Amino acid sequence: MIYYDRVSKVYPDSSVALQDVSFSVEPGEFISIVGHSGAGKTTLIKMLLAEEKPSSGSVFFESINIHEVPLSRMSHLRRKIGTVFQDFRLLPNKTAYENIAFAMEAAGRDEEEIRSDVPHVLELVDLADKMNNFPGELSGGEQQRVAIARAIVNQPDVIIADEPTGNLDPVNTFEIVQILKKINDLGTTIILTTHNKGVIDALKKRVITMDRGRVVRDDREGKYIL
Amino acid sequence: MSFVTLRRVIRAGLLDFSRNGFVSFSSILIMVETLFILGFMLFVGIILNTTLNQLRDLADVNVYFTTNAPEEQIVTLQKSLQALPEVESVGYVSADEAEQQFRARHKNDQLALQALDELGSNPLGAVLNVKAKDVSQYDAIAAFLNEQQSLGSGAGASIDKINYNNEQHRSALENLKNITNSGGRLGLIIIAIFIITTITTLFNMIRLTIYTSRDEIHVMRLMGAGQLYIRAPFMIEGMLQGLIAGITTLLLFYPLTWWLGASTAGFFGGVNIYTYYLSHFVLFFIIIVGTGVGLGALANFLATRRYIKI
Repeated sequence: MIYYDRVSKVYPDSSVALQDVSFSVEPGEFISIVGHSGAGKTTLIKMLLAEEKPSSGSVFFESINIHEVPLSRMSHLRRKIGTVFQDFRLLPNKTAYENIAFAMEAAGRDEEEIRSDVPHVLELVDLADKMNNFPGELSGGEQQRVAIARAIVNQPDVIIADEPTGNLDPVNTFEIVQILKKINDLGTTIILTTHNKGVIDALKKRVITMDRGRVVRDDREGKYIL
Repeated sequence: MSFVTLRRVIRAGLLDFSRNGFVSFSSILIMVETLFILGFMLFVGIILNTTLNQLRDLADVNVYFTTNAPEEQIVTLQKSLQALPEVESVGYVSADEAEQQFRARHKNDQLALQALDELGSNPLGAVLNVKAKDVSQYDAIAAFLNEQQSLGSGAGASIDKINYNNEQHRSALENLKNITNSGGRLGLIIIAIFIITTITTLFNMIRLTIYTSRDEIHVMRLMGAGQLYIRAPFMIEGMLQGLIAGITTLLLFYPLTWWLGASTAGFFGGVNIYTYYLSHFVLFFIIIVGTGVGLGALANFLATRRYIKI
């Protein structure tokens, strides 16, 4: 489903973010990418979202070389990937409902679908009563749950969660991981990057360990080893 | 863009406008300043143009005829002059009218009037007053008249003198031509500098407001929103700001032109800017509001371009 083929990234200042990275992700997998800060986890994620271009190598999503997709078609590809970020990145001037509705509107869904799906997905993340609140009126955990609801509402093939628990307390961290597991159980591929040892050890899923831009371990039922 | 999409981007633009209250207010203020300068420059342009036209209107060439010149011949020459492409108008002053004008001009000069009475007959001949379409065209008109005079037949034979042949008159016309041309050019340059400066300021201000929204735009792109779908609400917001700023500017001009109108009419070459503003309100509305709405949309369209390319 996703294939990194000998991907390297060297920035203009000669700093190396990725070196000859190759691995694949199968449909329905839950894969965690771990590593110290600067190990290349976020660059790897940005490659999949076409935010960054590799210096060499290719990234394939459903057999399509992502970096050969023209800008005008990129939005169609991105609708198949849901994203969750450490800093939530909700649209500040939109309510929780509108943030989720925006993702559906951008995907061209009709008003009837939006009216029925948005409350439903907010119920899934236990935020039905906060649908009219703006992000500034929600706690960190609540904002992250809205971000997850926004990521899943279009039923993407894959969800990328880039350190989604980085700004959360243990209780909220546990809840977010449980939601991600539940989404994975329903068949969606999850790619998670994190620093949280407890999360990785509890998940008992595939773990890719990165160090200085290289993949140093790839364990089927891995643990946080650094 | 489908109707549903259009409705969504308009709604999003209106919501963003109302929820970004302070940013919208600041943008409107800067736009009012821009449009006010634009409107002010329009007035300056109008006044300058009127003044220059009045100056140009002072220029003419007078053809003086002998007292016994037959009227039908003068009228024939008048028609020939009117047929010239350089000629704007040809006024005919008969000998009797010339005498009346002389008497009116010297009504307080009893000596001159007495001298005229003592002559017994009218010493003044008819006059053709020729105005060119452009100050630079008097040379061609004078050449035509000189040719008629040298032919010695028809009305040409009755021409007493042409004041363009007077060196002083010709150099005065030449000076007037230079003043009106350079005055017009300088005015246009100053107006252009003001307008360019103020529009640049507006564009920079909008670039800054879009800069604060760059993360928002980035996330929208990652969520799979199309370029136009992201841009359009910003453009709607800008158009709405332009509309409000345009109407505010028009409202500001109302008391301002009223206050300045009567007192400055004499100074501005007879143009009462208040009555001009009211009589040309539709034109001002189209220019000021149209520019506001257009600039709002264009500035937002250009400012979002940089952040949308991912």
